[in-house]
Amino acid sequence: MLTTDRVAGGALVLLALVVFWESRRLPLGSLRNPGPAYMPVALAAVLLCFGALLVVLAGKAPALSTVSWTEWRHAVAIFGVCAFAALALERLGFRTTIALSLAFLLLGVERRGLVFSAVFAIAFAAVAFLLFDTFLRVPLPRGPFGI
Amino acid sequence: MAETLQNLALGFSIALSPVILWYAFVGCVVGTLVGVLPGVGPLAGISLLLPATFGLDATRAIVMLAGIYYGAMYGGSTTSILMRIPGEAASVMTCIDGYAMARKGRAGAALAIAAVGSYVAGTASVVALMLLAPPLASFALRFGPPEYFALLLLGLFVLAYMSSGSMLKALAMAALGLLLGMIGIDQMTGYFRFAYGVVELGDGIGVVPVAVGLFGLAEILATAGLAVPPQVIKPALRELLPTRQEWRESAAPIGRGTVLGFLIGIVPGSAHIISSFVSYAVERKLAKRPQEFGQGAVAGVAGPESANNAATSGAFVPMLALGVPSGPIPAVMLAAMMVHGVSPGPLLIKQQPELFWGFIASMYVGNVVLLILNLPLVGVFVNLLRVPYAILYPSVLAFCILGVYAVNGSVVDVWIMLLMGGLGYLLRKLDFETAPIVLGVVLAPMLEMALRQSLAMSDGQYSIFVARPISATLLGVGLILITLGLQPLVTRGLDWRARLAVAEKGDEHP
Repeated sequence: MLTTDRVAGGALVLLALVVFWESRRLPLGSLRNPGPAYMPVALAAVLLCFGALLVVLAGKAPALSTVSWTEWRHAVAIFGVCAFAALALERLGFRTTIALSLAFLLLGVERRGLVFSAVFAIAFAAVAFLLFDTFLRVPLPRGPFGI
Repeated sequence: MAETLQNLALGFSIALSPVILWYAFVGCVVGTLVGVLPGVGPLAGISLLLPATFGLDATRAIVMLAGIYYGAMYGGSTTSILMRIPGEAASVMTCIDGYAMARKGRAGAALAIAAVGSYVAGTASVVALMLLAPPLASFALRFGPPEYFALLLLGLFVLAYMSSGSMLKALAMAALGLLLGMIGIDQMTGYFRFAYGVVELGDGIGVVPVAVGLFGLAEILATAGLAVPPQVIKPALRELLPTRQEWRESAAPIGRGTVLGFLIGIVPGSAHIISSFVSYAVERKLAKRPQEFGQGAVAGVAGPESANNAATSGAFVPMLALGVPSGPIPAVMLAAMMVHGVSPGPLLIKQQPELFWGFIASMYVGNVVLLILNLPLVGVFVNLLRVPYAILYPSVLAFCILGVYAVNGSVVDVWIMLLMGGLGYLLRKLDFETAPIVLGVVLAPMLEMALRQSLAMSDGQYSIFVARPISATLLGVGLILITLGLQPLVTRGLDWRARLAVAEKGDEHP
């Protein structure tokens, strides 16, 4: 049966194997004189053991099918907004990026009114910028035309 | 003793002067502000505001930066309790029971207990710092790389043992965190590891994006789309103060957290983070009803909050007495002092007594300022819960992005937060704890360095770890914990952690 622990354990085993593979480019050193790959390989071996144990002992864990994913649409939208922010932050500037992100979440995802969403998003971005960039002198990125 | 009191009087004459008082107040306010904001923790706060102190003299600058430091430690508890988002990594443990208390309608009580616990711990540990700095610093001097290695390993074992649910899962998550901590330049050879050409990864993965991603973003991802969003609690004013029972339950954890935090604080490492993890573990272990942990146990808030504030003072012991920073934040403080022409070390007390004792006295003053600031403002913080979640979570998300970006001014950190958020979301779904990952990321570079230095010291002999009494003792304790923790795998029974996990599930899905 596909259980939560079995899936997670399998993923950890896979990750450990990837680390083994990627570590081949680095000098391993020896037991007495460890190189840069020594610790990652040792940790990957530990992770492999734990992952394998999880797979083997996963019988009592809940079945994967019992996990609820009802909020996945929201999660994908929020994830997308974060990715947009990471891409746009240094291109469009902090204020534009945050205002657009908030407007999308409030208007598109939470179905709030157009005026409220626009005013809230713009005000939030402006106040946050003023507080951090202007008053606290935390340099935040500016976009085209210094916005 | 008389000399100490005389020096302290000198310190207070400096700390209570209006100008110094003003900078202590400004530091505390700004520190609380940056602590409250998710992602902008004390490290980021001090680093970002260091340039703002360049125009000040050394005493004012150090007093203000110290105010930011412990203000941020206080403030970090607020978002942990109200939103389950740690303002900084040391508040991770407060999230668990603080947020559970908030969901039960005890948000005000949790905030008040955190504020009072932080005040008691902060003040008591400053007394300890003043009286015990020399002997404690000399004890910490006996710690070499093997002792650090054993201590760091023990920290991970303790955390794994005390986690609810499976120790195997907790250890797997700790190993995952340690692996993530391997990313970046190898400090001993200069090799880039797993950076794939991303220069920003040279310094490794920052703790802030990992903690904000795993705790902040993952929480938002998991809760924003729920048919019934996280309960918005609207407590009456009288509910803002803890009950007599809650005060009683918090007294001993505050005391234990203070002692524990201070002692851990003087040992190099991310002391305030480790101390809160260990304090939580100790409180759970000592509790008459450990099953209440995770469900809103008062001790789960009082202990870790006291411990991380006591550790803040403890961390100053090796920094002031020896000029050795005990973690990233004292390292930044040390750099700040050097920028202002102050060289911390054994000669500091003799050569610049007004600075040293003024700094000590300002810590007393700062703790009072923070208590005065925090208790009356508990109501203001609780009002955050009145904002509809559909508006609150986009705002918190924006602060997460801002805070993570501001630390290094790098979008790579925002990407890391995003990845960690996705990972944290999936791990929550699969019923894994994510706190060990954060600790693993913090400890990985230190652990590796301590291991390799130990082997260099012993010409490759692993027996060095058992030949030295302190490291042998620490490893022995760790081995006992592992044995106890893995016992259910052999006996096929349910130990207290497994029973707790079952109880938690039952509570979530009645």
